[in-house]
Amino acid sequence: MDANIRVTPPELSLVQKIKKSLVHNMVTVFFIILCVIGFYYSGLTFGFLINSIISRLVRNSFLVLALLLPVMAGMGLNFAIVLGAMCAQAAIIFVTHWGVVGMPGIGLTVILTTPLAMGLGYLTGKLFNKTKGQEMIGGLILGFFSNGIYQLIFLILIGSVIPFNNETLVLSSGVGLRTTIDLAGGMRYAIDDVWKLPFTMAGMAFGVATILHAVYRYIKGIPTLAQKPRQKKYLLSGATGVAFIAWLLYIRSGSSYINMITVPMLTVILIALMCIFTTYFARTKLGQDFRTVGQDRHIAGVSGIHSDNTRLTAMILSTVFASWGHLIFLQNLGTFSTYGSHEQIGFYSVAALLIGGASVTNAKISHALLGTFLFHTLFIVSPLAGRNLFGDAQLGEYFRVFVAYGVIGVSLVMHAWRKQIEGRRRLSQQ
Amino acid sequence: MNTDHKNDHYVLDMRDIGKVYYGTRVLGGINLQLKPGEIHAVLGENGAGKSTLMNILFGMSVIHNTGGFEGQVVVDGEETFITSPVEAMHKGIGMVHQEFMLIPGYSITENIKLNREITNPGLLSRIAGKRLEILDFDAMNKDARKALDKLGLNIEEWVKVAGLPVSFMQFVEIARELDKENLKVLVFDEPTAVLTETDADRLLETMRMIASEGIAILFITHRLDEVKRVADRITVLRDGQHVATKNIEDTDVFEMANLMVGREIKMTTAEVDTSTDKKVKLEIKDLYVDMPGEVVKGISLDILDGEILGVGGLAGQGKIGLANGIMGLYESEGSVMLDGKEVILNNPEKALKQGLAFVSEDRRGIGLLLDTSIELNIVITAMQIQRQFLKQYGPLSQRENNRIRQHALKMIEELDIRCTGPQQITRRLSGGNQQKVCIARALTLNPKVLFVSEPTRGIDVGAKKLVLDTLVQLNKEHGMTIIMTSSELAELRMISHRIAIINEGKLEGILPPNASDVDFGLMMAGEYHKVKGREVKADE
Repeated sequence: MDANIRVTPPELSLVQKIKKSLVHNMVTVFFIILCVIGFYYSGLTFGFLINSIISRLVRNSFLVLALLLPVMAGMGLNFAIVLGAMCAQAAIIFVTHWGVVGMPGIGLTVILTTPLAMGLGYLTGKLFNKTKGQEMIGGLILGFFSNGIYQLIFLILIGSVIPFNNETLVLSSGVGLRTTIDLAGGMRYAIDDVWKLPFTMAGMAFGVATILHAVYRYIKGIPTLAQKPRQKKYLLSGATGVAFIAWLLYIRSGSSYINMITVPMLTVILIALMCIFTTYFARTKLGQDFRTVGQDRHIAGVSGIHSDNTRLTAMILSTVFASWGHLIFLQNLGTFSTYGSHEQIGFYSVAALLIGGASVTNAKISHALLGTFLFHTLFIVSPLAGRNLFGDAQLGEYFRVFVAYGVIGVSLVMHAWRKQIEGRRRLSQQ
Repeated sequence: MNTDHKNDHYVLDMRDIGKVYYGTRVLGGINLQLKPGEIHAVLGENGAGKSTLMNILFGMSVIHNTGGFEGQVVVDGEETFITSPVEAMHKGIGMVHQEFMLIPGYSITENIKLNREITNPGLLSRIAGKRLEILDFDAMNKDARKALDKLGLNIEEWVKVAGLPVSFMQFVEIARELDKENLKVLVFDEPTAVLTETDADRLLETMRMIASEGIAILFITHRLDEVKRVADRITVLRDGQHVATKNIEDTDVFEMANLMVGREIKMTTAEVDTSTDKKVKLEIKDLYVDMPGEVVKGISLDILDGEILGVGGLAGQGKIGLANGIMGLYESEGSVMLDGKEVILNNPEKALKQGLAFVSEDRRGIGLLLDTSIELNIVITAMQIQRQFLKQYGPLSQRENNRIRQHALKMIEELDIRCTGPQQITRRLSGGNQQKVCIARALTLNPKVLFVSEPTRGIDVGAKKLVLDTLVQLNKEHGMTIIMTSSELAELRMISHRIAIINEGKLEGILPPNASDVDFGLMMAGEYHKVKGREVKADE
């Protein structure tokens, strides 16, 4: 038999390539442009911006990474991470009440929150298996609903049914928690303060890691994905690493504000571990099952993969990671709104992931990290830019709200638009 | 070819298989024996029971959720009770699916090894169990390569399936089955339906190669020449009954076609209209319709004034796409002229305004507003398109409930719609009566041409006749031009003046209703021109 047909995509000219990648990444490109414009008009110094972004990036990344597994399993953006956040908050409240502080406090919180998050993740997964195709709206509503239960417990039952004698935490009536809880003197910075490095040092370590990774991949390729060695993109990322280190060396030689910035290394290491786990997980049998179920439940079922169980596992993992992520989030923040913090992080994390270029069906680590970076940049610069442009502090606040909720809408619409453009192109090629 | 196996060893033996769905018998008395290394073709029209038989073999849940089946399945001399496709796989029964069971976003290797991935223990798997073992892509690629090489497929195993030509997808499916070590029986479900002729030839060769290794092949198809070329034996099913099992040497294409279509029931056929002076009502030229699963690839057809034209063909060949395309429900291209005036395509509103009406095959999906009353269902299109039954007050309009009620009552009486009254909601009506409401709505538009798709699908025998009679009556009394699409050849032959057979998205030919079973069978199988060796003129 003779079957020497090779399937190669048609050669594209450079202009076509650029156009294609612009269309493909149009959501991210749009928000990068927005960030640059916002930064220009905000009047912030670069050093201040970097400082704020690093602290927020470290705070939020873990939570955003917790969203990746459900996307892999085809369940869309997991708005139900709110439940994980609630678990973490509940655990923190009790640990604060018992007066366990610092790292032991964190340890105890993890021990308390993990089984709770597993239980709630299991229930969420059960619910999602009954509402296939509507996981996102289901998760959203589930978040609101469970907020009701959360409020019932902490606003009404605490102090009346659950004995809870603590003047700093409980309202003066003796029933219900105060609206804000301060972690100062407790678990605030418990993880962050373990090991801190100057930003320039940490940055150089990161740069070296980038170069090593690029060199390794350039020589070896990715055999599992049949990616050949000598890919040009690794030269590019290696060069970026070199440039980054050079820039940092330049900064160190001067007396910039940037030299004063520090990075909480343990938190960064935790985030890195999460990234490594996600990558590793994607290459396991279970990870492959996640992807198969995500791509086509019917085919997965016919090949003998229990899609319901797989989805359940995805939800449990995601909820547990979200609870840990929220713990990192809160210890960095140092204070939280008892009845609102958890509700917010659902939206913020989803928005961050979407800006990074992820879609409802495809989300990578790079999307999560880049998205968190862009989202917080926009979050920092937009109120100031709004104020400077329109001369009204109220407008600045409005911009912040717009950024948080508007981006979800804008990026969903842009993803849909992108799909349409790509679909049309595919049709015209046939 | 392994025509003669002297031993009586059967690798698969299905004995006296029957199946009843909700009180309707769809399969009965089927016997099917497969010897190792033979190619056994299963022939039958749509609805003959081929898919049900395969569903039973693979233990699909649709069988077990509806009360199981009758008879015995013996695999390799051992009676088995297969309750899931995975179990079938473990027993060594594989299938090359008609709609590919491939994940487009995966590489060929990943698809071949789907849920049979090779794994190595890793750090996490020691703690958390086997499912966290790491995939060994090297080993998987090697296995995939071996299977692909066996098929002579010179394609890199890591290429993504999305974007591969259809024939390659087919071969990837086959490679997946071959990669399963204990494979004994391989089912090909209409494998050549989507292939070009050269690809189909290659596939047939491959089938023979696989069979020569001792694997039994069950070949489900309706392409008779292919059967003649590769099969060792054939089994013909018709209306859920076992008609015949024959050695291929003892039969020919004509007999097979006859066995497939031949009806034992006597039936009336419409009179053949011999008058030739009729003018063309609707002229279809080079129509292409992109309806998923029913693609039309360039049909040219003239429909005469006052005739009933039947449109037949096997499922998935494009007969359904014809009406849907002209009515603007799916993207289409080409030219359609009604009374010499161009019909605007891709716009249902314009099509309706120009005097075309359509009774859809998807009655409950797009045909009816199920929770709305009968009367409103009947007039709604006329209200929307022709502003009938409306009183205008400047920019505002109001429904004329009186006239709607009168019209509905008239229709209910004329079409004999059995209901509690015009205000009953259509969800509660039986299938036949729902169909009549659809027809009533189309009639309210006073169409010049009426398209009716699958008018008798899912309704019982008595109601079928009523619906068909209604169509004949409309045609005779009002001279309405009707284009009826149906999967049931018998009913097309009952009422149509001419029958157009669609095959592979193209017009295979036009036959009079009294043409022989063999001719219809050959045309539906796409063999007519090959066998008869001549062009059929469209106005024959």
